[in-house]
Amino acid sequence: MPDVRLSGTGLTLAYDQRVVATDLSVAIPDESFTVIIGPNACGKSTLLRALARMLKPKAGAVHLDGGVITSLPSKEVARRLGLLPQTSIVPDGITVADLVARGRYPHQKLMRQWSKADEVAVTEAMRATDVAELADRIVDELSGGQRQRVWLAMALAQETPILLLDEPTTFLDISHQIEVLDLCADLHEEGRTMVAVLHDLNQACRYATHLIVMRAGRIVAQGDPGEIVTPELVHEVFDLRCEIIVDPQSGTPLIVPEARRRVSATAG
Amino acid sequence: MNVRVGPCSIRLAPRALIVGVCLILVAFAVTVAALSTGELAVPAADIVRALFGEGTPVAELIVSKLRAPRVVTGLMVGAAFGLSGAIFQSLTRNPLGSPDFIGFTAGASTGGILVVIAGGSAMAIAGGALAGCVLTAALVYGLAFRGGVQGYRLVLVGIGANALLLAVNSYLLTRANINDAATAGAWLTGSLGGRGWEHAIPVGLALAVLVPVCAALSRPMRMLEMGDDAAKAMGIRVEPVRAVAIAAGVLLSGVATAAAGPVIFVALAAPQLARRLTRSPGVTMGASALMGAVLLTGADLAAQRLLAPTQLPVGVLTAAIGGTYLALLLRKDRH
Repeated sequence: MPDVRLSGTGLTLAYDQRVVATDLSVAIPDESFTVIIGPNACGKSTLLRALARMLKPKAGAVHLDGGVITSLPSKEVARRLGLLPQTSIVPDGITVADLVARGRYPHQKLMRQWSKADEVAVTEAMRATDVAELADRIVDELSGGQRQRVWLAMALAQETPILLLDEPTTFLDISHQIEVLDLCADLHEEGRTMVAVLHDLNQACRYATHLIVMRAGRIVAQGDPGEIVTPELVHEVFDLRCEIIVDPQSGTPLIVPEARRRVSATAG
Repeated sequence: MNVRVGPCSIRLAPRALIVGVCLILVAFAVTVAALSTGELAVPAADIVRALFGEGTPVAELIVSKLRAPRVVTGLMVGAAFGLSGAIFQSLTRNPLGSPDFIGFTAGASTGGILVVIAGGSAMAIAGGALAGCVLTAALVYGLAFRGGVQGYRLVLVGIGANALLLAVNSYLLTRANINDAATAGAWLTGSLGGRGWEHAIPVGLALAVLVPVCAALSRPMRMLEMGDDAAKAMGIRVEPVRAVAIAAGVLLSGVATAAAGPVIFVALAAPQLARRLTRSPGVTMGASALMGAVLLTGADLAAQRLLAPTQLPVGVLTAAIGGTYLALLLRKDRH
């Protein structure tokens, strides 16, 4: 059993009166790249938001390092756990360097606003995300892919051992999706615990070391993608008939949806 | 640029620092001009003497009893409007989300007019204005609240409340007797004329409490501009920060309106001008306060001297500049 710093037990999650999930329990293995996946409206983003203390559970609790996350000092939590929200607002006219520097907020005090450690963390975050040469550019003028890397740099500057990402690849084209996911994989290899909500099952299988599969507010399966992803699971969760082959690039499961018209093997 | 003093280190953009120093110099120049010029010119050298009670009796009366309280009230009211505008524009993430647009100032006017009609003293009018501002803010906030308040909804509800309150104000004026209507009308334009130390002191006390609050709010509020989730992820306690910011902004605009009447444009323009000058992203409390002080005292000086001996209320001038400014802002945002 791996160590667990972040977990949720008996969670009932709801927006106002609309209950999204009941009695949900989940443990994020330390130093894993955990990916939460499932069809639209299955509660995957809601679960991530609860783990990131954005949403207070109606019942149950999320624990971080043994303490109930909503009772820990908010700034203290922000030094251990970072979140890249699904949508953030770019302040008017802000430069890349200024936005990334905002990630240092949890480490600063009113009377000690900028230290050597802040400088180092910001430089390192911009290097890791490859945005150093954009430092003086206005964020609003960047492409979607560049902007997502800048937001990621801000979350990295926060220097948290755990980083949660809510659909980090939405709105990006395929090459930028891969770029962001490769970056996440690098961060994971450096020893961070990464938790991401993703849409694409094949990308999830390729990058996750731990997969959490959800449907209609419950967890259907969790574990190593190579062990848990089967045609039966995909059918149960996504209502999709498919064949599973080995990804020729990564050796992970690759889902091939069943075609309505089969091409004869001898055709052509 | 980092400024280090012992264990403290504060990050300052050089440009913001230069703009701040320039604004202080301009405010100083306007103050000296306001104290020394007018129907009776008092040479700059005599001002200090008069302020310390060592000048001629006439100079003393004019400088320390008439001109000084007026300019000091102007500086403080301007700063209060500037800060209030900065707070609400940041909270609503909208340059139109300033207290003179979303009904707070109009609500203060309603309170003021009601007290005028009831025959209250100048102090009671100020109290009525403050109460009107706070009540309107509570109403707008309550109507815009839906499990939290979103900026655009606050602006829309506020604009509605503004229109309604302006209509109420006009109605009240038609029902008042001619003398009350004249008094209320003069107050409604917004003026620094005849302001004594009794007007300056309450604003000064309010600023003494609220300026440190604004200073503490400025960094968390910059985080809030990125959205609630992003701010929460950085460890900001979103709802308490927002509640304190709203309370501070309402009190600032209420106190300012109580002292000078509903002077429009300063709260709207000061934060925007400050931002463009400092080129800093997000709310800039210090520069907004200084800019507000400069705008209001500058406009008041112009209102007194431009058409002398005719004295214009400062609100007429700020309204004229405000209209032009708003048109330019909208024109620019069309692109």
